[in-house]
Amino acid sequence: MKELTLFSMLKLVIRRDMILAMRRRADVLTTLIFFVMVVSLFPLGVGPEMEMLRKIAPGVLWVAALLASMLSLGRLFSADHQDGTLEQMMLTPQPLAVIVLGKIVAHWMVSGLPLVLIAPVLGIQFDMQAETLGILILGLLLGTPVLSMIGGIGAALTLGLRGGGVLLSLLVLPLCIPILIFGTAAVDAVATGLSPVSHLSLLGALLVLALTFAPWVAAQALRISME
Amino acid sequence: MLEVSNLACSRGDQRLFSGLSFVLHPGQIMQVQGENGSGKTTLLRTLCGFVSADEGRVVWNGAQVASLGDAFHAEILYLGHLNAIKDDLSALENLKISAAFSGITLQDAAVKSALRRLGLKGRELLPCKVLSQGQRRRVALARLLVSEARLWILDEPLAALDVRAVALIQELIADHLSRGGMAIFTTHQPLQIDGMTVRTLALS
Repeated sequence: MKELTLFSMLKLVIRRDMILAMRRRADVLTTLIFFVMVVSLFPLGVGPEMEMLRKIAPGVLWVAALLASMLSLGRLFSADHQDGTLEQMMLTPQPLAVIVLGKIVAHWMVSGLPLVLIAPVLGIQFDMQAETLGILILGLLLGTPVLSMIGGIGAALTLGLRGGGVLLSLLVLPLCIPILIFGTAAVDAVATGLSPVSHLSLLGALLVLALTFAPWVAAQALRISME
Repeated sequence: MLEVSNLACSRGDQRLFSGLSFVLHPGQIMQVQGENGSGKTTLLRTLCGFVSADEGRVVWNGAQVASLGDAFHAEILYLGHLNAIKDDLSALENLKISAAFSGITLQDAAVKSALRRLGLKGRELLPCKVLSQGQRRRVALARLLVSEARLWILDEPLAALDVRAVALIQELIADHLSRGGMAIFTTHQPLQIDGMTVRTLALS
């Protein structure tokens, strides 16, 4: 038997989930289009006052990103649970946490990363300056993976429950509040001429914390849900 | 060698079986019998480690399965009620990925010959959602051909299969046993392995 290293297993899971996501592009696009729609509704609803739009921009973009990332969370484990592939993944000779990490990373790449990439275009709708836009992107880049990690724990806990989607949002959204606070505060700091470093550092610390513990916690939650 | 001693499992509040003990030596095969709901699937899932037993222990080659952890997974192949194939992937991709999960890297030619042996010639590259129920089961069973696991745990392997496929599966199991493998399975269809006595374990 060939030894499967942790890293090659991680790569395998990410590649598999990416292939599956590319075969079902509609799922990826719905998250992105939802994000674009929600963000674009605000300038229409609030009216074209530049001062006001610039002020609400970071909050709107972050809240929309938060909600959009909830949309696809339900499918993170449930699709594999329904066709039995999750059981097979649990029987690999590698720790389950590695597989969970791979699935979460792949989930972020198809549902979090596109949001980060499209955000600058949406920021222009709100008349955001280049500097504040840059910090917004940086914040999203650090924050959205954490959303996927926390969401992964919630998705594992609610696996197989009827009406799990709503429960998942109720469970995960409160836990995402710190990300929202630091992410928007970083942009506000730049807008008022202060340094965003402290907020971004805290986001980075949350990312490290989530990377370390979330896969392991989600793996334990999966084991409980599979019984 | 698989040793199960004094195993007890329950589903919810209901005790399914208790005091279950058996030993499976290399080259042996055992059929788990019982009515619907008697705990056949639960027993197999307990052996895999999905369900934790109320009492008793499962020992593999002298070590408790619980202490072996992930290393035990390399020794077993589990085929459940669900086929564990992705509808969006082709039969070829499905088999390649599931083999990779158990640590086996396969070349396309090897995968194709395995699928061909199971009568899926010409359908290797079709997405599995267009295959029939029996063909999807065949894709799942193709894992038996490429597996290096010592213990096969098969839950209703013959479901949805036609007569020729059943004969092929019997042949595969016989090959596996002659190489010193072990198998434990449930079925409601008769399964004959040439030159082997199939032991039975009745759950009531």
